[in-house]
Amino acid sequence: MVEPKPKKIEVSNLRLSYGKKEVIHGISFDVQQSEIFAIIGPAQSAKTSLLKCINRTLDFVAGAKVSGVIKVDGQDVSRMKNVYELRRKIGMVAPLPVGLPLSIYDNVAFAPRAAGMRSKAALDVLVERCLTQAALWDEVKDRLDSLGTKLSGGQQQRLTIARALSHSPDVLCLDEFSIAIDPVTTMRIEDVLKELREKITIILVTNLVQQARRLADRTMFLWNGEIVELGTNDVIFSDHPANRQTYEYVNGIFG
Amino acid sequence: MPAVFTETAATRRKRLTERLAQGLFGLMALSLVVPLVTIVVYLFVQAWPLLSWDFLTSNPTNGMRQGGIWSAFLGTIYLVTVSLCVSAPIGVLAAVYLNEYAEDNWLTRMINLAVVNLAGVPSIVHALFGLGAFVLFAGIGRSIIAASLTLAIMTLPVIIASTKESLASVPRSFREACWNVGATRWQTIRRIVLPNSISGILTGVILQVSRTAGETAPVMFTGAVFFKKIPEGDVFAYSLTDQCMALSMHLYTVTTQVTNAPHALPYAIAVALLGTVLVVNALSIGTRVYLRSRKKW
Repeated sequence: MVEPKPKKIEVSNLRLSYGKKEVIHGISFDVQQSEIFAIIGPAQSAKTSLLKCINRTLDFVAGAKVSGVIKVDGQDVSRMKNVYELRRKIGMVAPLPVGLPLSIYDNVAFAPRAAGMRSKAALDVLVERCLTQAALWDEVKDRLDSLGTKLSGGQQQRLTIARALSHSPDVLCLDEFSIAIDPVTTMRIEDVLKELREKITIILVTNLVQQARRLADRTMFLWNGEIVELGTNDVIFSDHPANRQTYEYVNGIFG
Repeated sequence: MPAVFTETAATRRKRLTERLAQGLFGLMALSLVVPLVTIVVYLFVQAWPLLSWDFLTSNPTNGMRQGGIWSAFLGTIYLVTVSLCVSAPIGVLAAVYLNEYAEDNWLTRMINLAVVNLAGVPSIVHALFGLGAFVLFAGIGRSIIAASLTLAIMTLPVIIASTKESLASVPRSFREACWNVGATRWQTIRRIVLPNSISGILTGVILQVSRTAGETAPVMFTGAVFFKKIPEGDVFAYSLTDQCMALSMHLYTVTTQVTNAPHALPYAIAVALLGTVLVVNALSIGTRVYLRSRKKW
């Protein structure tokens, strides 16, 4: 058993409903500092909604109601006045790549500029660093002025990751990032994640059970808005996880 | 050849239906051009004897029977410009609020309902409203400003609707991507939403020029006069509190009130009106093409 690390995100008794329909039924868990925390589960198990609760972009969803407490670095997110700082602290990568209709350079420089960074030299350094981290720099370094939306799907997804890293987040949330990209690119990004693990906390929402097995330190199996099981990978992916359903899901017997 | 690829009676019927449908729809689309071309050609042929630069730049004389249309032409320019200066900023900003900020509650729904209904109000009703509200109640009197405000109220809902549509055409995923990296709503609107919807917004606004220029009823009650003499060639001849002539009303009076007017005169006025609108529309198309070419996805 690994020694418990400090808690980065603490979720307690989180409930979420859209209108009258409750989709998260009071879940509690912690994400530790510098771990890869995987969330697996079938579609409609509120994985994406959970991420939106954490960075409070759920504020933009009409009719969504949250109760319970989410703490990031010990601070209750629902009481934060500066949600923009919270969102910068949490990098978010959506399932489908979204290149903003800007140049590649501006895509990556968007967040730092929005946060008030103006120095061209500092931005240059940052853009190169983020694109390098996202394993995209070599492919685009000669055409930073061309449109981010014109890149291929896999490149756009790495651009999205570069953008998520551009505001130097402590936590990186990836929501089924490999859904629209090929296996080779996926492996390249997974290598990137393994490097990033040293510095930041990574929450990996994935439909690919094997991806969670490859990358994560701990895995949470979420089903219909409830935690079926949460544990270290050597338990979850063993022959005897605590819950029979977990075994069946990760081994493809159901789900 | 395998049997699947051979034509049977059923597939032939399908193919013919397909061709018939395409032909029919194409014909309908083509038929739209016919009235436009007919009108333009007919007007030009009828108006030809009177068309000249002088016609545009000289005042009407001899009880409208001679001279040009300068005071009416300039009046229309004033009315259109002033009314757009009022309705465009209010309409666009209101649409940004409704599409980007407003939550879905009863107040928003009421505003949207009001906008839709306002767009359906006939122009003569707007005219009476303008007369009551601006000319009489607010005490502005019949003037360019009162007429322009009336026209502005009339175009406002349409500008709001077209702007909202343009804003809504920017995918939500772009907004979410911006919010996720800690951008405020305003930064998102300023950097991503507006640059990518501006061509549609401008087109919507500019299209209202033709409507504003063509309306007779609203200006007749609120600021347009039968005849007014102004210095020829001076583009600042009107002040906002003056009454003015307007092309649309001029056309109406010349056709219905003036006896023994030259046959070509109403057609020439119509050409001037149509010409103004077409020039503005051409500008709008040009702008749209230019801005579209910079569209980035």
